[in-house]
Amino acid sequence: MSKHPSAASPSSIREVEEYQGLLSWVSSVDHKQIGILYLLASLFFFLFGLSEAASMRIQLARPENHFLSPEQYNQIFTMHGTTMIFLVVMPIMIGLSMYFIPLMIGARDVAFPRLNAFGFWIFFFGGLLLYFSFIGGGAPVAGWFGYAPLSEKAYSFSPGQDYWAVALLLTGTGSIASAVNIIVTTFTMRAPGMSIWRTPLFVWMTMINGFLLLFAIPALNAALVMLLVDRNLNGFFFQTSHGGSALLWQHYFWFFGHPEVYIMILPVFGIISEVIPVFCRKTIYGYGFLAASTVAIGFLSFAVWAHHMFATGIGFPMYYVFAGASFLIAVPTGIKIWNWIATMWGGSIRFATAMLFATAFIIQFTVGGLSGIAFAAVPIDWQLTDSYFVVAHFHYTLLGGSLFGIMAGIYYWYPKMTGRLLSEKIGKVHFWLMVIGFNGTFFPMHLMGLYGMPRRVFTYPDLPHLGALNLFSSISAAVLIFSLLIFFYNLAISLYRGEVAGDNPWEGWSLEWATSSPPPPHNFEKVPPIRHRRPLWDYQHPDLPDPVFEGTRHDE
Amino acid sequence: MMNKNKMAMVLFIASEAIFFSMLVAAYVYFHIGPQQGPGAADVLNPYKTGFYSVCLFSSSYTIWRAGCNRLASRRRTAGWLVATIILGMAFLFGEAREWDDMIHRNVTISRDLFGTSFFTLTGFHGLHVTVGLIMLGTLLGMTLLGRSDEPRWDAMESVSLYWHFVDAVWVVIFTVVYLWAFL
Repeated sequence: MSKHPSAASPSSIREVEEYQGLLSWVSSVDHKQIGILYLLASLFFFLFGLSEAASMRIQLARPENHFLSPEQYNQIFTMHGTTMIFLVVMPIMIGLSMYFIPLMIGARDVAFPRLNAFGFWIFFFGGLLLYFSFIGGGAPVAGWFGYAPLSEKAYSFSPGQDYWAVALLLTGTGSIASAVNIIVTTFTMRAPGMSIWRTPLFVWMTMINGFLLLFAIPALNAALVMLLVDRNLNGFFFQTSHGGSALLWQHYFWFFGHPEVYIMILPVFGIISEVIPVFCRKTIYGYGFLAASTVAIGFLSFAVWAHHMFATGIGFPMYYVFAGASFLIAVPTGIKIWNWIATMWGGSIRFATAMLFATAFIIQFTVGGLSGIAFAAVPIDWQLTDSYFVVAHFHYTLLGGSLFGIMAGIYYWYPKMTGRLLSEKIGKVHFWLMVIGFNGTFFPMHLMGLYGMPRRVFTYPDLPHLGALNLFSSISAAVLIFSLLIFFYNLAISLYRGEVAGDNPWEGWSLEWATSSPPPPHNFEKVPPIRHRRPLWDYQHPDLPDPVFEGTRHDE
Repeated sequence: MMNKNKMAMVLFIASEAIFFSMLVAAYVYFHIGPQQGPGAADVLNPYKTGFYSVCLFSSSYTIWRAGCNRLASRRRTAGWLVATIILGMAFLFGEAREWDDMIHRNVTISRDLFGTSFFTLTGFHGLHVTVGLIMLGTLLGMTLLGRSDEPRWDAMESVSLYWHFVDAVWVVIFTVVYLWAFL
């Protein structure tokens, strides 16, 4: 548990003998290598998503701009949304889960290592297939939500929409495989003494997330195969001109789509629940509430989908039910926010870069959550739906929330994965530029939405304020993208020049810090005894063991 | 603690159940509304399909028998597995004949909403039966050629679970598509 790396184990992932050469990565079934492959592939697709964001912000920098044609703009915003959701945020979550769940529960690997490799490669090739659409006849144009009948052949003739559907089927299949793997690993692979109430909250939340993936993705898959039947076999599911139903697509898509937004945030809740206690030198406040509120979110997330459809005129009982459920889901989410604040309260906080990102996450995610609660009210939704207010809302949750949380996780775990610390100096620059760039880009969008600027439209008229707000937003977007380039630079340079991390640079208490950095291919020489929720605390302070919590038995 | 292979199969089946619920719901949704052209009652034959359905349902019994005999007798296990495969293939044969018959009467996937939802639903079920037959074939191969402990009990039970699921889905489809149209 010293600051120095264990003798004999290499201090950088570049020196691990088993990981030398491309073949060892391509043919790997090791959960750590596959986790890293997920992260690398996501960062690769992230570059595409970022350049699409940049093109959109250039186009929108001034009114009536012609940098992009309407057709190009449709392609770009569709690809931006699809990429960021399916090829960046989701695979980063799955990659981190695959890497850290076995380490945190003291296992040698995931339950199904080959299924794990299958999940990664089918996701990766699915992503490449999506991008192949650019040279295969034009990218999809119907948005990440693919509303039918807009996505039908009559309105989107190019094969882009077929590439989109097939690519999402492939990545979705990979997600289901990963979900099965995550759940089974959590239930069957825990080390002796690691009862379910002793697993770290990251494990809890990714496990619940597995259930969300398992039950949400098949709804998307069903909708996608129905769309493919319509487009390629001349079926009529969503062809309103032949009696098909546009609402059916929306119901199916959002039955998937709303759990999906929680799929993109639950593992981040897990990351935050790991990072905050370690950097505040306190145990997490309300472990049981954090775990149980995740279960509550899991259930409720399947009961709120029609709040995406208030504007379709689905009728009054539906408004009450779905508005009520949407208000309700704010409660377990709020419980989490309070738990994190209570953990920070009175702690000796070390503002390392990971902790900075976690703190910004709490604030920004709360802003996104509050605008989300506003949307649950049907009249507000009618007023603001399809405006830039929505764009502001979900970027506050997905970028200000998910991506900031992911950054906290990467700064926290990069030393474990590579053996080298990310540069804190560059990290702080990255953090502040990202906070400024992010809020500058997306906060004005609340106002644009209130002024009535519609989303998904390639340009806008030269009305008062709109031009200035958009220009400000575009300039801030440049800062945001620059900060992310700094992040990429940090990832690369620290791998070579980073400070040697040692086994436990942050003095964490969960099991991943009990092994060397990077962990050997077999993970643990010896798993420390697990008697409490913080096995490493017990190990380092045998005279001061944690009190026994309810639900954990001493003799297990 | 549950066996990990069985648990994975249970989770996979739960996921597939959502998938089929969506396709069944789509069929029901379009069936409730006003019909254009011939509907289920005009083009389906509940007696022929009923016979082939009984084949599929009884294969749930034969695969259970195969599992019962796993330790006692490899020959009997193989025999029951062969019976299961034959019953499954009989079902697929029946489905193929029904499709052939319908297509010859110009009831196709691109004729109307009944065709679209019917062929999509039964087609995906047939695909799952086919996958099940491949699994059963693998089990049979293991029974005949495998080591003395193969097929292991969890492999046997996982495939059984999947096969029962495919059966149960057909119970729902037969009820919703056939019985609803004729009763």
